Amino acid sequence: MHLNFLEFEQPIAELEAKIEELRYVGNDTEINISDEIQRLESKSKNLTKQIFSSLSAGQISQLARHPRRPYTQDYIDRIFTDFEEMHGDRAFGDDPAIVGGIARLNGDPVMIIGHQKGRDTKENVRRNWGMPRPEGYRKALRLMQLAERFKMPVLTFIDTAGAYPGIGAEERGQSEAIARNLLVMAGLKVPILCTVIGEGGSGGALAIGVGDRVMMLQYSTYSVISPEGCASILWKSAEYASTAADAMGITADRLKQLGLIDQVIEEPLGSAYRDVDGMATRLKDALTENLDLLTAMSVDKLLDARYDRLMGFGRYKDLAV
Amino acid sequence: MSWLEKLMPSRIKTDTKPSDKRNVPEGLWTKCDGCSAVLFRSDLERNLDVCPKCDHHMRIGARRRLGWFLDPDSGVELGASIEPEDILKFRDSKKYRDRLTQAQRATGEKDALIVMKGTVKGNPLVAAAFEFKFMGGSMGSVVGERFIRGAEVSLRDNIPMVCFSASGGARMQEALFSLMQMAKTSAALAKMSKRGIPFISVMTDPTMGGVSASFAMLGDLNLAEPKALIGFAGPRVIQQTVRETLPDGFQRSEFLVEHGAVDMIVDRRDMRDKVASILAMLTKKPTTN
Repeated sequence: MHLNFLEFEQPIAELEAKIEELRYVGNDTEINISDEIQRLESKSKNLTKQIFSSLSAGQISQLARHPRRPYTQDYIDRIFTDFEEMHGDRAFGDDPAIVGGIARLNGDPVMIIGHQKGRDTKENVRRNWGMPRPEGYRKALRLMQLAERFKMPVLTFIDTAGAYPGIGAEERGQSEAIARNLLVMAGLKVPILCTVIGEGGSGGALAIGVGDRVMMLQYSTYSVISPEGCASILWKSAEYASTAADAMGITADRLKQLGLIDQVIEEPLGSAYRDVDGMATRLKDALTENLDLLTAMSVDKLLDARYDRLMGFGRYKDLAV
Repeated sequence: MSWLEKLMPSRIKTDTKPSDKRNVPEGLWTKCDGCSAVLFRSDLERNLDVCPKCDHHMRIGARRRLGWFLDPDSGVELGASIEPEDILKFRDSKKYRDRLTQAQRATGEKDALIVMKGTVKGNPLVAAAFEFKFMGGSMGSVVGERFIRGAEVSLRDNIPMVCFSASGGARMQEALFSLMQMAKTSAALAKMSKRGIPFISVMTDPTMGGVSASFAMLGDLNLAEPKALIGFAGPRVIQQTVRETLPDGFQRSEFLVEHGAVDMIVDRRDMRDKVASILAMLTKKPTTN
């Protein structure tokens, strides 16, 4: 079992370990084994293609929270320049589960807001595993309003299991903090472009996810409740997580089909973490392209279109029609 | 169980739990969840389903709520033609379609939110109330759509809106469609807020999850009935996460007032007067008292 690889990735991990071993041997001896390495590499590529061509919703939900998956800061470093991180909600504290600040995209100033998970235990404790408390959402709100004042588009990056269910979070008004963001984002007078880069966990995700366009990376997920949570309530056991994931339709492709998101950004072979630079380039292209369209619109038109988009959510029968 | 009953073969045993008195017609008596007093149903109804002994507020259905709140015969239902649809063909231990049918049969409602245009003390408004017995008052597409149809009438006629919430949160069977109702309803309130049309949110037991984290917390005034459970995450989830005992009265109305999330607690029997009076001030109308 290779650590840092998911169960369904194990065959790929084994092949890659073999290639590494050969490379190591190759450096030591005179024998030319580059042909063999090449053969194995192409085999590994085909195997990856094959495995990734038929992933289940449950497997994709694992990929979305893969320990090596790139986080908001990884994209900030690769896509933007001049990033100045801003801290605090000016009322209670700073929540490191959300990062935000001003930066430049292709030279133009933008506001960045995103959930941030930690790479190791220590950082995860500090960032609370990317699960924000009310002060995180209120920091996000402050930054959005600042962006509105200085006429900068807002780019959000969604990657959270959900808003933190804790005593302090409830005392400080987790519900209100989320609700307030929904209300303000609906009427913010600058373009808002949202991208789900990993886990889109319920209200905690939506609290920075109301915008003009919502995009998802190919192997990210977006759902009303985690598959485990859904399974433990409706199936009475978290073991049915993958069944629940399937039933809820939490994957980018499915949500695009259902008209709930606007665009799916394809990931490199084997998912984003296998080629973070490549992923960042694709994301940057998508951000640039969409932002160009949005910034070309007048504020009134932008807000009308955003309102219509939000009012269009929902499927029901109307017997009066 | 007495020794005599223990001796009896199970076939002739009869179930005689004290709460299960078969000789009393069903529905004539109700036991208070607060003080366990056995109350005469019609007395209780006259008291708006508030226990006359301990003031415990029992959960009540949407239509009764609106019937008490609005002026007699003033209510006209909005969005009644909208019915739920099983868009995802969702199936857990039961099909969503079957759950819907069952809930519709049990409550006589098509979904969990009832919205009406009517008057209170002569002043027109839009009032919405949750039917908690309909799948735990969960919010799916129909709840969201009916809410915004109410908000649209508010905007069109320039009249206030009041919503009585009682909900476990988003409806899982409609997955992300449900989540998006949070954004949809909040967007409508953003429009009302900009136009200066009052929205009063009344939180009743329970107001949780996606409903509390959207329109229920966005009132120009947030009111709550006494001792209602109000919060984002359920107490059980929080307990499992933090592994501490939760403080006394955690997530109850009184706790929310103390922490600044709710303006005031209003007894159900004073609700109509209180809301009418507040709205009259916000809309610059003569006093209703």
